[in-house]
This record gives sequence, structure tokens and C-alpha cells, in this order.
Amino acid sequence: MTIMLERGARQGGQGRQGALPRLLAGGRKLGEHRATYGQIPLRRFSGEDGRRMLVRAITDAGLRGRGGAGFPTGRKMANVAAGAKRPVVIANGCESEPASRKDKMLMACAPHLVLDGAVLAAHAVGADRVYLCVERGTSIADRLERELAQRDDPVKWKLVRVPRRYVSSEESALVHLINDGDGRPLAAPPRPFEKGVGGRPTLVDNVETLAHVALIAAYGPGWFREVGTRNDPGSTLVTVGGAVARPNVYEIAPGMRLGEVLDAAGGAVEPIGAVLVGGYFGTWVPMPDGWGLPLTHDRTGPLGTSLGAGGIVALPAESCGLAETARVVRYLAEESAQQCGPCMFGLPAIATDLAAVAYGRCDPATRQRLSRRIAQVTRRGACRHPDGATRLATSALAAFAGDLETHMDGWTCTGVSRDPILPLPDRRHRDRGWK
Amino acid sequence: MSAPNPEGLRLQVDMIKCVGHASCLELLPERVSLDEWGYPVIETDPLPQHLVAHARRAVAACPTLALRLDGKLARVR
Repeated sequence: MTIMLERGARQGGQGRQGALPRLLAGGRKLGEHRATYGQIPLRRFSGEDGRRMLVRAITDAGLRGRGGAGFPTGRKMANVAAGAKRPVVIANGCESEPASRKDKMLMACAPHLVLDGAVLAAHAVGADRVYLCVERGTSIADRLERELAQRDDPVKWKLVRVPRRYVSSEESALVHLINDGDGRPLAAPPRPFEKGVGGRPTLVDNVETLAHVALIAAYGPGWFREVGTRNDPGSTLVTVGGAVARPNVYEIAPGMRLGEVLDAAGGAVEPIGAVLVGGYFGTWVPMPDGWGLPLTHDRTGPLGTSLGAGGIVALPAESCGLAETARVVRYLAEESAQQCGPCMFGLPAIATDLAAVAYGRCDPATRQRLSRRIAQVTRRGACRHPDGATRLATSALAAFAGDLETHMDGWTCTGVSRDPILPLPDRRHRDRGWK
Repeated sequence: MSAPNPEGLRLQVDMIKCVGHASCLELLPERVSLDEWGYPVIETDPLPQHLVAHARRAVAACPTLALRLDGKLARVR
């Protein structure tokens, strides 16, 4: 039921409910892709009625956004289509999350499935223009440009190279970049679905979401629901990293248990203390207790764990989860757009407190201040960057509560001297500006 | 006294515009406090009727036009 997405590793997995992989069966080249999936089924959805049928198919399929928030895609399409002006579509392939590379892999392995999905999404909402957003400084943009040149689509494509900043992939930041050349998030309202690119209603969908749109248009909502759960149907891509034998991108069915996902990635190579689920806006799940936790886009378990954008990292028991978290929260603080006071000042303060906790320079007052600051920063930004960072910090304090006591007593664990497990981008691959 | 206003008006702040002048704290201490960095923490539940006029004054006095009075919450979660 789980399949590696690497070249040559596509042998079909016959799962409990259906066959995976779905997203990768067609090949990289346009010819191979068309041989597998045929033409985009635009004729079947022609006219006003056809558009509505397509939105209904996506709604009936129960597809939820694969960019992290898990919002129902059909509902978003209906909202965008209901606007007064002609809508615009943004295909979001930025994937600024360091713990995730599923979108990059999907765009490399099945670019035309993503592009077909974007054309269909544009048709569904009545848009004639699609902005394809990818991080600059990678080869993906150039490759996509070449693939686009071979296609003859009824939409106008515009490839946008986005600054390599964590928050620039947020939907209002993409709108801001396209409108004003500034890749920082905007305050809401208005939200992009109301007023986005050029003041038009704007559908911002993750590239994996769009690939699923293409498959639903081709095979129907019933087929889509053959895998996954009732609330979270279809397959989903996850990036499994850390102390597993085969770190890679995998296609799984939501509802799969955390331990099964690790096993699918070859299993643990050393005892696992906790697993980070949902990337750097995600939560730590203590192991082995969390082995049976079912992974979906809904928040489940005592810590409100969700798949998010599918970044999963297994942390060895020998590593220090507090030190790992302190390091990532410092990175998130550096990645703040510095627009909102609580994020600008709060995240560095929280990162400093976490580092104090991790490196044994902590007293009960620091611990209390940390809790107070986390509460003070949460939900106080224009975007959700501070909320994601504080969710990660909160879950670390819960998941590593035992370690915390040791640290509080002034003992530094041996874990702090181990090499970090959570991936961070090289400084050379991070942009300073927002243009 | 504490009945909510009929329009369901809520005090909200655009955190990007806000630079922490804190005039809202002076004009409406009932609904505003400051965090440790001097930025306003605002209760966003609908205002009681007797505070609506004060809230309008605070909105008008905000030097960066960050404060607003609105019938719906800005962010759906």
C-alpha cells in the first residue's frame, strides 16, 4: 500500500482498498503522460454546466488541500468561482518546508499531471490564467518551463520564481509577490479567494492537490475514495526522513498508522524516541506510544497531530528533541517576515528560551516565561507563521517532558552533542530579500 | 451593561500595520492589554454596547490605522 516514488521503483502496491501509487504512473515526458492518461477531459466538462459538474466531482471526491491546511478543495473552488470577476489560479509548488520534498519530486516525476490539474482547476473556476510558483535557485523552474513550451493549453501560463523564504509560499505572500514583487504575507481580509492577483478571486492550490484534481477528473470521485478514510480520502504524498533505512517520498493512504509509515520507509535504524509529523508547523509524537496513531489531515491524538504537508522525521532516542526543536524554532524566527511585532520579537525570544532549556541553563522561571511567551505569540500574526512555530515548541515541551525535567535540574543530555537530525537549508540556499 | 452590541462589532488589529503606539490601550483599557514587547493583545469577542463609542474613538486615534471595528472575524480557523 506504500510505494517509493523513485525512478524504477513503481511496482504496483495492491493495498487494502486500492492500488498505489496513483500520482506517478504516467511518466515525465508529455508523450508518456498522454499515453497513460489521454487528453485532459475538458470536453466532458465543457460549458457552464460542465464547470459546475467538475467542481461537484472534486467536492464529492472529498479532496483536501495537500499544502498543509487540508482545506476542502471543492469548497475553495466554489468560493472562488462565486466571485464577481474572472478568477486566477496559482499552482503552489514552492515547498519551502525543509522537512518536505514531495512537491519537488512530484514536479520532477509527473509534471504534466500537475499541469493538467492546474488547467482543469482553472476551467472549474473559470480562470484563463495560471501562475505556476516554484522556488528560485532550483532546476525545477527551468524544467517546467521546457515542459510548458510543449503544451497547448487553453490557459495563459506564467512561471513565477519565488524567493527561498519559509513564509513566501504562504498563499497571500504569493499574491503579494505577483502583484507587487514582495514575497511577504499580507494581512487578512481580504483573503486571496476574495481578492487576490490583480484584485481577482484567486484559487491557490498546492501542486499535489492539482495532480489529484487531474486524476479525479479522469477517473471520478468514486475511484478517488477507494483509498484513504471517509473524511480524508485519496492518497497523499509524505516525505519520511531521519533515522529510517530508506528516507524518501512515499505515497500513502490517510489513516495509515505512523509506525506503518516508518516501516514502509525501511523501518528504524536505531531506537526512535519521537517522530515529528507535519513538518516544522507540526507536532512531536513520542514513540513507541505513537506507533498506532493514524495519520490524516485532521488533527488527531493528544497533541493534535496532523499530516500537514506530509513531512515526517524520525528522531533517535539518543538525540535531544529539545535541542532539535530549539534549532528549528531559531530557524523559523529567522524566517519571520518581520512584519508583526509578536512574531518579530516573540519567536527569537522563544527560541532563546528553548535553547536555554535544551542546554541546561534553565531555571523554573525560564520554563514559565517560555509557556507565557508561547501563549502570547500564538494567533497574533497576520499569517500563521507564529502559530506553527509555537505548535512545534508546545509539542516539544509535552513530548520531551521527561527530558525537560533532566535539563531543568541542570543536566545536559548527551543528545545535544549529536549531529542534528532535522534538516535545515544551507545558508547559501536561503534568500535574504523578498523580491 | 454588558449586552453585546447588536451589529456584533469586534475590535481587531492589523498586526502588520501596528507598530505599538499603544494609544488603543489608553483609550480602551477594558479590551486591550500589551504584551511584553508593547504590542496590543485585543479581545476580539463582540464588544458590549457601552464600549462601542470608546472603540470608535480608539480606531480613529490609531496612528497607523491598524485598528478597526468589524462585524466579522478576520481569520477563519
